[in-house]
Amino acid sequence: MIIHAKEPVLEVHDLTVSYSRKPVLWGIDFTLPSGCIAGVVGPNGAGKSTLLKTIMGLIPPSSGYVKLFGHPLEEVRHRVSYVPQRESVDWDFPVSVLDVVLMGRYGKMGLLRNPDRQDKAMAMDCLDKMGMSAFAKRQISQLSGGQQQRVFLARALAQEADIYFMDEPFAGVDAATEQAIITLLRDMAAANKTIIVVHHDLQSARDYFDWIILLNMRLVAGGPTGEVFTDEMIQQAYGGRLNLLAQVGDMMEKRAFPTREP
Amino acid sequence: MIAFWIILTGFLVASACGLLGCFLVLRKMSMVGDAISHAILPGIVIAFLWSGSREPVSMFIGASTTGLVATLLIEFFHHKARLQSDAAIGVVFTFMFAIGIILISIFAGQVDVDQDCVLYGEIAYTPIDLWILDSGIIMGPRPVYIVGTVLILIILFILLGYKQLKLTSFDPAFASAVGISTAVWHYLLMAAVSITTVSSFESVGAILVIAFLIGPPATAYLLTDDLKQMLKITVILGLFVSLTGYGLAYWLNASIAGCMATMTGVCFAVAFARHRWASSRYRARLV
Amino acid sequence: MQNLIDFFSFSDPNVRYVVLGTILLSSSAAMVGAFILLQKKALVGDAVAHSVLPGICAAFLFSGSKNIVLMLAGAFVSGWLSLVAIDYITAKSKIKKDAAIGLVLAVFFGVGMVMMTFIQQTGNAAQSGLDHFIFGKAAALVGDDLLIFSILAAVILITVGLFFKAFTLVAFDKNYAQALGYPVRRLDLLLTSLTVLAVVTGITAVGVVLMAAMLITPAAAARYWTNRIRHMVGIAVAFGAFAGLAGAYISYVAPSMPTGPWMVVVSTAIAFFSFFFAPKKGIFPRMYTQYKNQWIIAEENTLKIFYHLGERNSHFNGMRGLNELTSTREMERATLKATLRRLATKELLVTRNNQWGLTDKGYQQAARVVRLHRMWELYLTKYMDIPADHVHDDAETIEHILTPELERELEHQLDYPDKDPHNTKIPK
Repeated sequence: MIIHAKEPVLEVHDLTVSYSRKPVLWGIDFTLPSGCIAGVVGPNGAGKSTLLKTIMGLIPPSSGYVKLFGHPLEEVRHRVSYVPQRESVDWDFPVSVLDVVLMGRYGKMGLLRNPDRQDKAMAMDCLDKMGMSAFAKRQISQLSGGQQQRVFLARALAQEADIYFMDEPFAGVDAATEQAIITLLRDMAAANKTIIVVHHDLQSARDYFDWIILLNMRLVAGGPTGEVFTDEMIQQAYGGRLNLLAQVGDMMEKRAFPTREP
Repeated sequence: MIAFWIILTGFLVASACGLLGCFLVLRKMSMVGDAISHAILPGIVIAFLWSGSREPVSMFIGASTTGLVATLLIEFFHHKARLQSDAAIGVVFTFMFAIGIILISIFAGQVDVDQDCVLYGEIAYTPIDLWILDSGIIMGPRPVYIVGTVLILIILFILLGYKQLKLTSFDPAFASAVGISTAVWHYLLMAAVSITTVSSFESVGAILVIAFLIGPPATAYLLTDDLKQMLKITVILGLFVSLTGYGLAYWLNASIAGCMATMTGVCFAVAFARHRWASSRYRARLV
Repeated sequence: MQNLIDFFSFSDPNVRYVVLGTILLSSSAAMVGAFILLQKKALVGDAVAHSVLPGICAAFLFSGSKNIVLMLAGAFVSGWLSLVAIDYITAKSKIKKDAAIGLVLAVFFGVGMVMMTFIQQTGNAAQSGLDHFIFGKAAALVGDDLLIFSILAAVILITVGLFFKAFTLVAFDKNYAQALGYPVRRLDLLLTSLTVLAVVTGITAVGVVLMAAMLITPAAAARYWTNRIRHMVGIAVAFGAFAGLAGAYISYVAPSMPTGPWMVVVSTAIAFFSFFFAPKKGIFPRMYTQYKNQWIIAEENTLKIFYHLGERNSHFNGMRGLNELTSTREMERATLKATLRRLATKELLVTRNNQWGLTDKGYQQAARVVRLHRMWELYLTKYMDIPADHVHDDAETIEHILTPELERELEHQLDYPDKDPHNTKIPK
């Protein structure tokens, strides 16, 4: 069940993604309107993070394309922000909180320029929004899980983008941080920013998101939460019935078959 | 004066290796330095056969070519044949070192190179290898100039690419998302490591190159939480190790390279003990 | 030729010793190496090999002579200490494994170098033999020394043999082994000790730097020939033994050639060959599979053209010319012609004056592909809620890959359908 947005800021068209020839996402096709908080929801191994990484150009798709604001990613990269999973980096890395947030400015700086006072003021501002300005000089190894996530979000804010992709920002954070994050997301959406969040808690998904992408290797449903996030659709995404798809995927990997005919 | 030149060479090599080593250690790629420093042996032998002497330019070309071949082979087998990366490193560098030894055996009479010199280096002979201008002016030991130039290049590289090196080491996914190519910076770093290894091995040997690449950065990493501090401490440690290492060698009348490597170990042990002590005190305070 | 006969008659006792020694050393190292490789500790062997130097020197300084047993004991102790140091550093600080390995390797070897210069100054004549430990010299494997090394190698082979099942399980899944009640920590310790032992004995043949290759190169090669650990260890041992034999032979034929490096080169050659040519996993066989897949796709697509043309007038066995065939589907003429020829030799097509038609067998094949295509389209629309106008491309690929088992499963799930989502008939 797909409900398309009228004037989409994100268009994912027939996207198939494979890991060493084994398709993990099949023919994903959906659109998002601007100013919404969209949740990408589905069981473990459904390909939620893979979808985000493919949209961000970190994994090349086997077929299909992605358009942001009607353009390919390369042309609008400065308008796009990405928050990787918290566990994807080594938090023993010797940098301070402010350093990490300043990384959000690197995309706009070009090769040779270094962060100046304006960048620093901007980064402090973003930390302030996340309630982290007191920690600016702190080394990242000394942060709690929730604080780490806030730093990552502050870095995303520093990018001043129009569309944000966040990979599991609510995973392993305390209740206060979760509340702070969702408040921030709502403020951003009110300012007509679009936010796509990978999420695995069905309960809170209904409250948090006004658009839902329900995923399980394929797109089960995509559209406004009220219309598509029904028990029937959830049952489809989380129930079995996909045995065949997984078997065909295995077969393609084993026989080194191309995902699409060349 | 001899002591001065040796310590200076040691310090220059330690700084060049250490500055790059910081990024290798943080990227969990320390063993690449080990691999490159061993894999260049066949290149050196071939360069020697080519030029008939230890002429630096051809040595440099030979060694950097084989260093490059080694890195490319490692990447090739890792990606194309899906060989696990530690095994790819192990298979490739031992193979190239073996080829080097065989070449030495074949051309035993013609090549004044042996595996001792690759492993141990000859830092003690550094002051003898003088650079003399056509006009007859003695400029000082040649290795000092070579390693000094490399150090300046490395410092420039890190100054210009600091931001990118930091980000691609810390969070490669985010780096590519903001349009900084992780592959480009990976290869630039590898090239820098190859050049440094190649230009330093002759004076200090493969073992000391590895010690300098990993020892001071790992020690500095335990002492600070800040990348810039880590780079500075690494350089200071390089100076300290060269000084005390030479002192130790003079006192024991033993291998200079060996003593410098030993001193990196001592420094690390002290930092490690301090780190353990500090964290146990921290835990005690929590209780 | 004469060399070959002389060598393999083993009439020369020296040849006998050296061959026996190298084979035992290299096969025991390869056996331990297989487990190290599977535990992703390939470079640990390199660290241990460098770290035995201070132990050897200490034993030499202590005894003042080249007492082989003492030196082996010294080597064993310092090799063991290096592994303990690596584990301790990684467990108790933020230093990662790779840095710990490199650091321990360089520092231990550095200490060894200092001790070496010490020994050299004492001017002890026996010191010349020390070099063999660092750079290896298989030809020195004679008499009593050989006996000791052979015993050690045999100990390794037998111990690994005895604990084979346990090591396999630990390498495969530590937690599961623990849950089954295996003493995982002690098994790890045993494997560590065996690694050090293999390094200590192997170093005499190949030297410090090349020891890592003796451990992991045969195992890395073996990994490409099988997925079963039992076979993998066996193949690794065979490769290791062959490399040992080859190394010994080469330096027998050309006495100036060093045995150790040739052993490494031979075993790397085997490894490179495996990376490229091993069936299924090698680079070329995988490329060949892809190439073959292209042909399968082309053939089945061509058969489909005949079926689609036949569908228009319900005349499936009609003869078609090239122009008619290219009218329904974009296909390069050269490829099409080649494919037609291949299908004709497989007796799926008959050919008569530049016209082609399906045989009965060909018709069945064509119908099957079309049937799979349409069933998959139906599956996508029915179970994956993909709109009917989006399913064609996907089905174009899947039709070539479904096995008869998957076909039956598909049929069953779709409840033996007659019509595809575009309302065309699914052939039986």
